[in-house]
Amino acid sequence: MTKNIEELEEVVIKFAGDSGDGMQLTGSQFSNTTAFIGNDLSTFPDFPAEIRAPQGTVAGVSGFKIQFGSTSVFSPGDEADVLVAMNPAALKANLTSIKDRGTIIIDSDSFKIKDFEKAQFTSNPLEDGTLDGYNLIQAPITSLTKESVSEFDIENKSRTRSKNMFALGVVYWLFNRPLNITENFLDAKFSKQPELAKANKAALKAGYNFAITVELLPSNYTIKPATLPKGKYRSITGNIATAWGLLAAAEATRLKLFLGTYPITPASDILHELSKYKNFDVISFQAEDEIAGICSAIGASFAGNLAVTSTSGPGLALKGEAIGLAMMTELPIVIIDVQRGGPSTGLPTKTEQSDLMQAVYGRNGESPVIVIAASTPSNCFDFAYQAAKLALEHMTPVILLTDGFIANGAEPWKIKSLADMPSIKLNMATKKEGWSPYLRDEKKLARQWAIPGTKELEHRIGGLEKQDVSGNVSYEPENHEKMVTLRADKVKRVANFIPELSVQGASEGDLLIVGWGGTYGSILTAFSELTKEYKNVGFAHFNYINPLPKNTSIVFSKYKTILVCELNSGQFIRLLKGELSQFNYQQYNKVQGLPFSKKELINEFTKYLK
Amino acid sequence: MEHLVKDQELTFKDFSTDQDVRWCPGCGDYAILSAMQKALPQIGKEKKDIVFISGIGCSSRFPYYVETYGFHSIHGRAPAIATGVKLANPDLSVWQITGDGDALAIGGNHFVHVLRRNVDINMILFNNEIYGLTKGQFSPTSKTGIQTKSSPQGTVDKAFNPGKLAIGAGATFFARVVDVNPKKMVDIFVEAEKHRGTSLVEILQNCVIFNDKVFSAITDKEGKFDNQLWLEHGKPMIFGKENNKGIRLDGLKLEVVTIGENGITEKDILVHDAYCEDETLHNMLVNMTLPEMPVAFGVIRSVKASTFNDKLWEQISHEKTKAKFSSIDEVVNSGVTWEI
Ligand SMILES: Cc1ncc(C[n+]2csc(CCOP(=O)(O)OP(=O)(O)O)c2C)c(N)n1
Ligand code: SF4
Ligand SMILES: [Mg+2]
Repeated sequence: MTKNIEELEEVVIKFAGDSGDGMQLTGSQFSNTTAFIGNDLSTFPDFPAEIRAPQGTVAGVSGFKIQFGSTSVFSPGDEADVLVAMNPAALKANLTSIKDRGTIIIDSDSFKIKDFEKAQFTSNPLEDGTLDGYNLIQAPITSLTKESVSEFDIENKSRTRSKNMFALGVVYWLFNRPLNITENFLDAKFSKQPELAKANKAALKAGYNFAITVELLPSNYTIKPATLPKGKYRSITGNIATAWGLLAAAEATRLKLFLGTYPITPASDILHELSKYKNFDVISFQAEDEIAGICSAIGASFAGNLAVTSTSGPGLALKGEAIGLAMMTELPIVIIDVQRGGPSTGLPTKTEQSDLMQAVYGRNGESPVIVIAASTPSNCFDFAYQAAKLALEHMTPVILLTDGFIANGAEPWKIKSLADMPSIKLNMATKKEGWSPYLRDEKKLARQWAIPGTKELEHRIGGLEKQDVSGNVSYEPENHEKMVTLRADKVKRVANFIPELSVQGASEGDLLIVGWGGTYGSILTAFSELTKEYKNVGFAHFNYINPLPKNTSIVFSKYKTILVCELNSGQFIRLLKGELSQFNYQQYNKVQGLPFSKKELINEFTKYLK
Repeated sequence: MEHLVKDQELTFKDFSTDQDVRWCPGCGDYAILSAMQKALPQIGKEKKDIVFISGIGCSSRFPYYVETYGFHSIHGRAPAIATGVKLANPDLSVWQITGDGDALAIGGNHFVHVLRRNVDINMILFNNEIYGLTKGQFSPTSKTGIQTKSSPQGTVDKAFNPGKLAIGAGATFFARVVDVNPKKMVDIFVEAEKHRGTSLVEILQNCVIFNDKVFSAITDKEGKFDNQLWLEHGKPMIFGKENNKGIRLDGLKLEVVTIGENGITEKDILVHDAYCEDETLHNMLVNMTLPEMPVAFGVIRSVKASTFNDKLWEQISHEKTKAKFSSIDEVVNSGVTWEI
């Protein structure tokens, strides 16, 4: 039945269509199935800011990219081997990012004159030579879908809706994937509308069978399972991992988890996810604005909860004054900033790393806080947990930076158990003897947490300067300077409690490539390729921004050039130059709302290597 | 147990701190502090279970002077902080202290939303119709035309009526009192604590430095009787030096009548119903202004309604009865997983 089966090492597929075409769902189904059969993968959903941008226009194209393979995959890849374009606009938007001789699957029913004109093609791209050199597969997806669901008792408008499942069926055949994961998903999703479940499954199957029968496809492909470490896996996005990391920290500490927040793209999924777990005493409070979001969390922290607020750039700006209050009152709180393209409203659905300065310095007065950054979708779990641990153990706000790229991107995650996580030691004041509101422990300089309801520890805190130890209001000049220094030292000392910076590749040499946060996968992909040819290069990726790992300067001192790569105009490099000015820094930046591509990184790296 | 007995005998003194009180001599805030310190022993809570949260302003220094848990926060945001405290630990008695600028200018958004949700806190609004701490600019409650440092030609702003705004936002409890009436203040604080939901107490507070005597028409010897209408649930709305003036409904508005004149008897006078859910009459009472009408004081509105914190915690308990997962380990292992 099947013709040739060719074996491939890794493949990039892009699903693209109108924002109403269900491309995100199609992409995530393909990812789940692909993960399930043991490939490593990385995904990149890319959608317009408008919920329903004008139909059929390039602005309204929603895409989902996935790279999967039999070897380790660190990024969603650059150019696509296969593009599924549900309309001319989707084709137009992706024409420059398909590999030479790549495969393009289109819905031939959607290439009428008015369709390609809407996408601003002047002539029909299927006929005018635009697609010469590609392996073009034209399938009448809309009409075949309609036919495949004709026997079901569903609304008329639902009859063409399943065309994404038809397309998915074609791609499943092409890459030799089983249908059952998606079939089970559809049964569960439409458990209350069984006819819809049946119709969608029929469309999926029809697409699969269509691919078998027509002679359009030369062969199909297998991608062997990747050799990932043994264990139990699941697919996870950064936002879900963040939410779960917080749940884990709450369970580890037996504290109630309080999330005070205001919806904002691309952070809202953290709110959505945590709202499901009231049974764990999770209080998810959707406040009237970002300020109320963090302030309610500060109140909850004062009252003894594990307090969290989640947001994106514009929301972090609004929270600035309150972060200062939490810093001054030395209360534990986790502030999650899922960065997006800025400034102002910027590019809400695109990714960027441009809030670093805001996170580190964006408050009045000298108000240092811990800033850390997750670097992959799955390690958002670890860093959310770590953010909670640092906040609670050091009694301070912690800003956790993620970004739209890792927050929405998915990858297989070797499932962790709470037993794998480090313990969290709470710093509770329980009795009056020997306690004072601002008395500190010697190692961390952390004060104790005296929560309302505790006998005899009634005390007052606030944003006015504190007298050392007693915490009473004090305007005394020397005391103020002492407190400013103490608060700075307290954050600096966190360096004694976090892991050291590690390096991949050469531990000394001509070039050290430096990245931070969500660019890890992209840089590692390029770096792995680079090291096939060059040996005098290392790669160090930062998860700890403030304070920096203790050994940073020792690591840097081993290389001639430090090349700092960021999705902004050069923010981390400024921080590094400020802290460790003695090194020879170079920078590589991209501010397009997009992740780095392997090609552009390798291009840049080789400039520094002979 | 011993502790409990002791705590029940708490007095005024137990609620004073060792901090110097720093308001200007003659400021109305002193009387409010002292009334609060008298009211707290009556609310049946231990000190450890009481929390005062304030924003910024002269009034917001209040928590430093009350020997309970306290939090002097940032300008305007105390309702949100108080909400967090109450949701985190619903057993606490949570008091929010605020000024007219703090609550109605910078904090206006939080003010209406805490009332809308009906979080069970007591909000004490020190209304001196001026910004005290920043040395005398007009506020959202300043009367139109007032000359201040920032309005040398007089303001052209219209003023908020806090009670009206609050009732519009869904307030379930609104009381008004004036700082020169400490006994009533004590009673009203106790009432506010008893009410389940957001209890807003507006205190007309004299700022001797920047807005002295704004309330003198109400509080001076003459005005005290003829310009104050003290409302009590179930009692007729009678006031005046001779106790012979009353409030009557005339069509769709209120009017002042004199008992004994033009055939008016006590039967014609409205009887106050603070518990009435419909806010029409409460709004009219809150709106009464000099010189045509007296100013209404006392508990104007107190209606039963479920609180945000109760409903939230009911939802949490309910979720526990049908929970799919009992630990994070179960969560992370749910859904599609595979072995390698
Ligand atoms: C973010 C911020 N903006 C402005 C101020 C300055 N400020 C402090 S108190 C205040 C007004 C206080 O007026 P009110 O709330 O009526 O309190 P009062 O002093 O009259 O009791 C202002 C504008 C501040 N502290 N914080
Ligand atoms: S400025 Fe006015 S409100 Fe402030 S303390 Fe002085 S008298 Fe009181
Ligand atoms: Mg004021």
